[in-house]
Amino acid sequence: MGAVVALDQLLDARTVWRGSAALVAASARHATGHAGLDARLPQGGWPDNALTEILLPRDGVGELALVFPTLARLTRAGQRVVLIAPPYGVHAPGWAHAGVALAQLQVVHAEPRDALWATEQCLRSAACAAVLCWPLKADDRALRRLQVAAETGQCLGFAFRDAKHACNPSPAALRIQLDTQPRQVRVLKCRGGLAPAQPIALVS
Amino acid sequence: MRWACVLLPHLAIDAVLRQHPAPDAAHALIAGPAQRRVLHAVSPAARHEGLQRGMPLATAQMMSKAFHVHAYDPGQEAAARTMLAMWAYGFSSQVSLALPHAIVLEVAHSRALFGDWAAISRRLSSELDELGFRHRLVGAPNPHAAWVLARQHRQLGVDGGHLVQALGQVSIERSGLPTEAVTTLGRSGMRTLRQVFDLPRESVARRFPPQVLAHLDALCSQDAAPLPLFAPPDRFEARIEFEYEVESSQALLFPLRRLTADLATFLACRDGGVQRFTLLFEHERHPASTLTVGLLAPERDAAMLFELARSRLDQLRLPAGTRGMQLRAEELPPFVPAARDLFDTRPQQALPWTQLRERLRARLGDTAVGDVVLHADHRPERATRATGIPPKQVPVLARRPAWLLYQPIPLHGEVEIIGLPERIESGWWDGSDVLRDYAIVRTREGQEAWAFRSPKVPGQWWLQGWFA
Repeated sequence: MGAVVALDQLLDARTVWRGSAALVAASARHATGHAGLDARLPQGGWPDNALTEILLPRDGVGELALVFPTLARLTRAGQRVVLIAPPYGVHAPGWAHAGVALAQLQVVHAEPRDALWATEQCLRSAACAAVLCWPLKADDRALRRLQVAAETGQCLGFAFRDAKHACNPSPAALRIQLDTQPRQVRVLKCRGGLAPAQPIALVS
Repeated sequence: MRWACVLLPHLAIDAVLRQHPAPDAAHALIAGPAQRRVLHAVSPAARHEGLQRGMPLATAQMMSKAFHVHAYDPGQEAAARTMLAMWAYGFSSQVSLALPHAIVLEVAHSRALFGDWAAISRRLSSELDELGFRHRLVGAPNPHAAWVLARQHRQLGVDGGHLVQALGQVSIERSGLPTEAVTTLGRSGMRTLRQVFDLPRESVARRFPPQVLAHLDALCSQDAAPLPLFAPPDRFEARIEFEYEVESSQALLFPLRRLTADLATFLACRDGGVQRFTLLFEHERHPASTLTVGLLAPERDAAMLFELARSRLDQLRLPAGTRGMQLRAEELPPFVPAARDLFDTRPQQALPWTQLRERLRARLGDTAVGDVVLHADHRPERATRATGIPPKQVPVLARRPAWLLYQPIPLHGEVEIIGLPERIESGWWDGSDVLRDYAIVRTREGQEAWAFRSPKVPGQWWLQGWFA
């Protein structure tokens, strides 16, 4: 108990594992476009081939602004982005203003019951680069299915959910929560690294 | 041996026998008025019992008790001939049904693919045997000679040098000449075509109608006289009849798979696709139920056609048990396979977008999947369309929200106006006139909204969109 061991010795003996040391593999295939967020995420951007869960207190707080840079980059490269059962009508001028190439954007209208099925089909098919969904009554199992489908289909999945789900565990590879006042994001969980403890302010 | 002639002397009875569970029993086709039924064709077993073509039915029944009687159906015979022409189309693009009881096809151009005459005749013969059609098969430099020789020989291949010699042995009754000419020639002591060929041309031209000389020239020519060529039908129709009423839709899946597989084979032969097909379910005491499967783009993959038809079948409620099932496809547009990158590194189970879209539409409804198309209209409700052609230039607008509410709703509570106001006044010409003062507002919860108020009622804000 009382024995004092020098930290250097412990580290040199490799008996202590340092978590952050292995996390330099910043491939950044899908940078979020927000420099502050990219710097704090272990992969330097959205996790590849995985589901990202975005929790928001209410609609219209800048949740799409988080993904617009990614969607714009993907659609301009000719890759397809699918929206499954969006909660409101898509306003084309707004999306065009954000830089999204509308020709690559598809909207699937579905009842909540069928929306999860459609999301899984789209994620699994590998025909889409990114799939955005708004699951209303998705439980842990449904989200796990989506996560697995995103892995098989090598696709970026985004699930927008209400902030009240933040306390429930989720299989998503990355979970971030949006706050409005002040405007910031908190990373609740990120695979492959420790979640940054400090909230990240969004500049817009 | 540029042309092959498949002569089908027993087409009508063979077409019946191949669909019958006991083809080796005695069968007879009958035709003629009800008072005087005569045998139109008989099967080999019936012939063995002494039945003959042209014999009255009463006589036949006295000679033999146990034979199956079928009514002669010219439509069925024609359908069998068309089916064989489609089969022949797999060997050559030049197939003709112009000569009676026969199918002639050009085979020389396919020699590299199918081999010489010995190989191709063996193959044609064995496939015809498998299909259940008795036939005679003759190859000759032109289709007319092949047809005439097929009436004399069971199996023969003649090339250019031996054509006149082979034709010379054909009796004039089988030469295909007009009946009057055959009678006159017979009375003049002619028995074979060789004697006719030896006649001076001028005398034949003087004594006989012009068709006779033309026919003789066509027989001996080395070049094929043009014949009307067979074109495969532009529509597909297949039917499966059940022995008993099928109640469950699960039991319909097997015949459905067979029908869609047939359709896919047909489409592959035609190098086409299908965009719309109809399934008909026949009931005993109800009119037939129909199920139409429409696709956005032509397809021809058997598994995909089956899966789409099945997912629509799952949602169908049939009023009664099914006795028969039909598949009809009227429009068969050309099929363009989707281009795939050679170095595409997508995963194994990857599904092309067109197939994924069809799968989604099959379950969610025809209008479930939509594009997002910009439309040049200042009214926000009309600025987005689900189909159409986008304008060449994106209209320059002030900042617009990403989400639009389907119906504007009253906005209660305090709001903070941010950004510049904008008035939209439009639509006086089409009856949905709008006059609105728009502003970007921030709610107390921190949402950025797009709201408007009417200049006439400036106190009430209406929420129309979210800047998400």
